[in-house]
Amino acid sequence: MSYVLIIGAKSDIAKATAKEYASNGYNLYLAARNARELESFASDIAIRFDVNTECLELDILDYSSHRAFYDKLAEKPSGIISAVGYLGNQELAQNNFQEAEKIINTNYTGIVSLLNIISADFAKRGAGFIIGISSVAGDRGRKANYMYGSAKAAFTAYLSGLRNRLYVYKVHVLTVKPGFVFTSMTAGMKLPARLTACPGEVANAIFKAHKKGKNIVYTKWIWRYIMSAIRNIPEWQFKRMSI
Amino acid sequence: MKSNSLLSWGNYPKIENSVWNFKNAEELKQIISNKDNLIPYGNGRSYGDSALNSNLICTKIYDYFLGFDEVKGILHCQAGVLLSDILEVFVPKGWFLQVTPGTKLISVGGAIASDVHGKNHHLAGSFSDSVTEFSLMLPSGDIVTCTHEENSELFKATCGGMGLTGIILDARIRLVPITSSKINQVSIKTKNLKETFEAFEQYKEYTYSVAWIDCLAKRKDLGRCILTVGEFAKDKDLSYKSSSIASVPFNFPVSTLNKLTIKLFNTFIYYFKAKAGVTNQKVSINSFFYPLDAIGKWNRIYGKNGFTQYQFVLPKVKSYEGLSKILTEIGESGKGSFLAVLKLFGKGNTNWLSFPMEGYTLALDFKIEQGLFELLDRLDKIVLEYGGRIYLTKDVRVSKETFEKGYPEIDKFRMLRNNYKMNEKFSSIQSKRVKI
Repeated sequence: MSYVLIIGAKSDIAKATAKEYASNGYNLYLAARNARELESFASDIAIRFDVNTECLELDILDYSSHRAFYDKLAEKPSGIISAVGYLGNQELAQNNFQEAEKIINTNYTGIVSLLNIISADFAKRGAGFIIGISSVAGDRGRKANYMYGSAKAAFTAYLSGLRNRLYVYKVHVLTVKPGFVFTSMTAGMKLPARLTACPGEVANAIFKAHKKGKNIVYTKWIWRYIMSAIRNIPEWQFKRMSI
Repeated sequence: MKSNSLLSWGNYPKIENSVWNFKNAEELKQIISNKDNLIPYGNGRSYGDSALNSNLICTKIYDYFLGFDEVKGILHCQAGVLLSDILEVFVPKGWFLQVTPGTKLISVGGAIASDVHGKNHHLAGSFSDSVTEFSLMLPSGDIVTCTHEENSELFKATCGGMGLTGIILDARIRLVPITSSKINQVSIKTKNLKETFEAFEQYKEYTYSVAWIDCLAKRKDLGRCILTVGEFAKDKDLSYKSSSIASVPFNFPVSTLNKLTIKLFNTFIYYFKAKAGVTNQKVSINSFFYPLDAIGKWNRIYGKNGFTQYQFVLPKVKSYEGLSKILTEIGESGKGSFLAVLKLFGKGNTNWLSFPMEGYTLALDFKIEQGLFELLDRLDKIVLEYGGRIYLTKDVRVSKETFEKGYPEIDKFRMLRNNYKMNEKFSSIQSKRVKI
């Protein structure tokens, strides 16, 4: 079976997604910073699902390393899943550009740098799939997290354009927009249980949407309607709200 | 990371506790250095208070498979891995646990800490006999590797040591090759204790053996049982489904399980239903080894007050006399055990607190109610009179004096705890009671 490259592989959603793909027979490249910390996880997946797994060092902010990173992959993956994400600190980012820049570059610039390289290869091969885990936060900027939200909005727009461009090359692009998810990124936040997904549910929704050839998937599904409602609030009213 | 209070399998006692999870050794070290009154907690299948204290270190999310040596059949895994996970992955590949208890829903760390035994104890020994190595985090935060040779004292103290020597991080355990996921089972129905003992001897060549005993039977029927023995089939069918079927949805009202219902249960289901003499059947791993796992949360049938299991072993030469006395005592008390399981152990090992010794062991469930502990105190006396001992993993009430008499190496264990300052960090409600 072919390889899937998962970047940002240390996140809880990434790990659940890795399990989902491995349980469906895919071999895995797991890429992240300090990838050594993923070795136990990688061996677990390999033993549990009888697939090959490989941990790869990847710094998403080190743009100049991305070409070499991709060129070094002995067997090119049939698909890539980006689970890279950095929530950051909104308040800090308002006053400190370094934090704002880190949020923007991690959630957007770095992924673009790598996806440009990979999408070119997929286009040339006329095959492949690209799955980008964006966020509902990118659907409308809110005062609580618009640094993160704006970077995710850019990523969502990038994926949309990429899908449009790669359509003729038979490369499938899936945009994933999780709402609340119980992960270490949201640990300590009070999340409404009914609206909050487990990483496993997100992973399962991703795999299903991929196999069905969907373009955009919200997890949980109800977020499609919540965000549609939120997008439709007139700006004159929205600017007065705290949500 | 902290989460809410946990109970033991017996749902008794109910104690407020904080639960600490860890994902790696550094996080674990932090917990150990910041807290005391700590005890490891695996999958919560110890019956009594051996895994309860004010701070529980939960190993549940520390559950990765780390490697498998296909030549030697040695699996390297983290301590939170459940035996059920191992079966799911390895039975289809033709491997089985060298030693497994009657539930697969326990962690590897817990299996070592309780040095659990199974239906093949007379041939394969305890769980620790399948462990080639484990790593242990000491109170200092140092991690040591323990094998039968290296740090052998720590090995002997930790296997059966009830989590009181530190936290087991990962272990290498030996799996055994199988040629089928089915077992050829033979059931033998006996009429009394004498026949039961004879049957155990007659069928001792079988790898697996255990008896369900009707402990409410009296006089001439005393000790009647159904002995089940088995061997793995050789049909090369390795298909395996981890079955989890019905679950008991709520605690039964306490009155449901009274003398009458238990009596009916024991008599009808386990005795009369079985055909007389000897029956042969081919059954699955789950039905042979883990019949109760098919009913999730079966502990709830004992009601909200909880239950306990009383398990003891008597030296072989004195087993017949001792068991007759104990079964008579239980029969007269009318307090019933839903499940009474009898097994003939082989020789014990050299671990300091491992439970098995050569002889017969009996395990009985009792719901917590008035007069129960008095009955168990009377049983303790008989157990000691015949040179037996009590199994800590099931226990929730044994006295220091009774416990100590059964475990002659206890002072070595106490001294080691003292030397490594384990007693300052790790303890359980049980260890405080029996003063280890």
